[in-house]
Amino acid sequence: MSTATISLPAVPEPATSSTPAVHRNWRLPWRQLGRLLLALPVPLAILAFWQAAAVYEWVPAQILPSPSAVAATFVDLLRSGELQSNLLISFWRVLWGFLAGAGAGLLLGVGMGLSPLVKDYLYPSFKTFAQVPALGWLPLLMMLVGIDEALKIVLIAKASLVPVTLNTYKGLQGVPTRYIEVAKVYGFSRWQLLRKVVLPAAFPPIWNGVRYGLTHAWLALVAVELLASSEGLGFLIVYGRQLYQLDVVLAAVVVVGAVGLLLDLALAQVEKYLLRWRRDAF
Amino acid sequence: MTTSTISSDASLPQLRRFDWRGLVLPAGFLLVWALVTALGWVNTKLIPPPQAVLSTAVSFIGKAQFFNGLGASLWRDLAGFAIGSLAGVVFGALLGVSRWAGRIVGPTFHTLKHIALFAWLPLISTWLGQGDAAKVLFIGLSAFYPVALGALEGVHGIARSQLEVARVYGFGRVQLLFKLILPGASPQILAGLHLALIYAWLATIGAEYLLAKSGPGIGDAVIQGKAAFDVPLVIFGMLLIGLVGALFNQIANRIEARLLRWRDARH
Repeated sequence: MSTATISLPAVPEPATSSTPAVHRNWRLPWRQLGRLLLALPVPLAILAFWQAAAVYEWVPAQILPSPSAVAATFVDLLRSGELQSNLLISFWRVLWGFLAGAGAGLLLGVGMGLSPLVKDYLYPSFKTFAQVPALGWLPLLMMLVGIDEALKIVLIAKASLVPVTLNTYKGLQGVPTRYIEVAKVYGFSRWQLLRKVVLPAAFPPIWNGVRYGLTHAWLALVAVELLASSEGLGFLIVYGRQLYQLDVVLAAVVVVGAVGLLLDLALAQVEKYLLRWRRDAF
Repeated sequence: MTTSTISSDASLPQLRRFDWRGLVLPAGFLLVWALVTALGWVNTKLIPPPQAVLSTAVSFIGKAQFFNGLGASLWRDLAGFAIGSLAGVVFGALLGVSRWAGRIVGPTFHTLKHIALFAWLPLISTWLGQGDAAKVLFIGLSAFYPVALGALEGVHGIARSQLEVARVYGFGRVQLLFKLILPGASPQILAGLHLALIYAWLATIGAEYLLAKSGPGIGDAVIQGKAAFDVPLVIFGMLLIGLVGALFNQIANRIEARLLRWRDARH
């Protein structure tokens, strides 16, 4: 569905060429410090304005609690262990759902990408299946499998399956034929062809699919926990909303954002590691 | 980041005959579905036969509720999409054009975009209530991010030499914006708009699910169907959601191809 060239809201931009030459490395800390100093005024101004709005009661605290109140609630939630336990539950859901969805997606994508026969039979059905977003499946799944863990895992798996499958398939399809021809000239065996040519060439799009998959998994988790859950980060948001404890809601939203950011950074690091062979080439 | 690869079946218009093999799986699925429900192997309250879904669809399409609901959903979707994408283009282009804006506002923007979209919904509904204002704002937010990112990427992609040529010709600010920056960034902006269209539809459904108390809407109808344990209605709603999304996608593909024809024509 979303194989467009643009990164999704929770996906990093294409790595801008931030590969400074080695001899300029000593300047990096200063530059980064400068960047940081420039980045700070906006969030600080927002926080100050927000705090002022709460202190001078421009808006009732029930509608918008002050940042300090949110911070205090955050610490409370942390101390009581509520935050950690909900975070842990959400984490396991995402992990299992993502592993199931991405695993199935890789299999499906590789199957369709390598075998025209599999593709001819499966691709139209897959396209149709992918047209209905995970959110569309949710009510039906709630009726069929109930609102237990199974629902979350299935929905998260579906959300990550689609981008992984599509990108794997397209990635394998997109391997330039001339690479394969060169490999044939060198008399590569089928396995060598796959291992040395096709997979490395298709890796960047496949990895993109995995990243989209994880992003979609996280989005789906929050959505499903908001709609049908009695535990987890999303539930914490709904719970705070129902009791009109917006400090709880805001604290949970901050955690949702922080986890999204961390997932993204982690994947960027893994990508750097996996693609280190590319840098060596230049 | 580009995942669009040049594969022959996507880029070339083909006159291939229809491939029936793609129908094997769906037909098999329908057959099994019809069989197990007809033979009573499953609880038909939980898994209704295909013809029940069909008759529900036919009777539902005849009702005023259907047209009001679809109309309301589409209206929200497009209103939010228009507001969000307009704001996105302006914001993204500003961030891209001005180095200082990019350095000062950029990091905040790139951090905030990591908050999963649906987490905003309970907050927005607290501030704006459960009505259309909250929904449209949320849908707008969902369209804002991809368009802003697209505009930013597009502006960054404009070559310095092009800017210099424009300077040599003495372009004013307005000319620069409309003759260089927006056309130069248009492929990425359009890709962002395409993504925004998909996201806005998702957000519409999500907002209608979560704030389902008020008024008409496809999402509302599905949630009501779920509450009444009307499985055929829920399945029909699900198909409808997919169909509308697919239509949006098709329309966006067409428009994108048409508007970007100039790129191919030049070569």
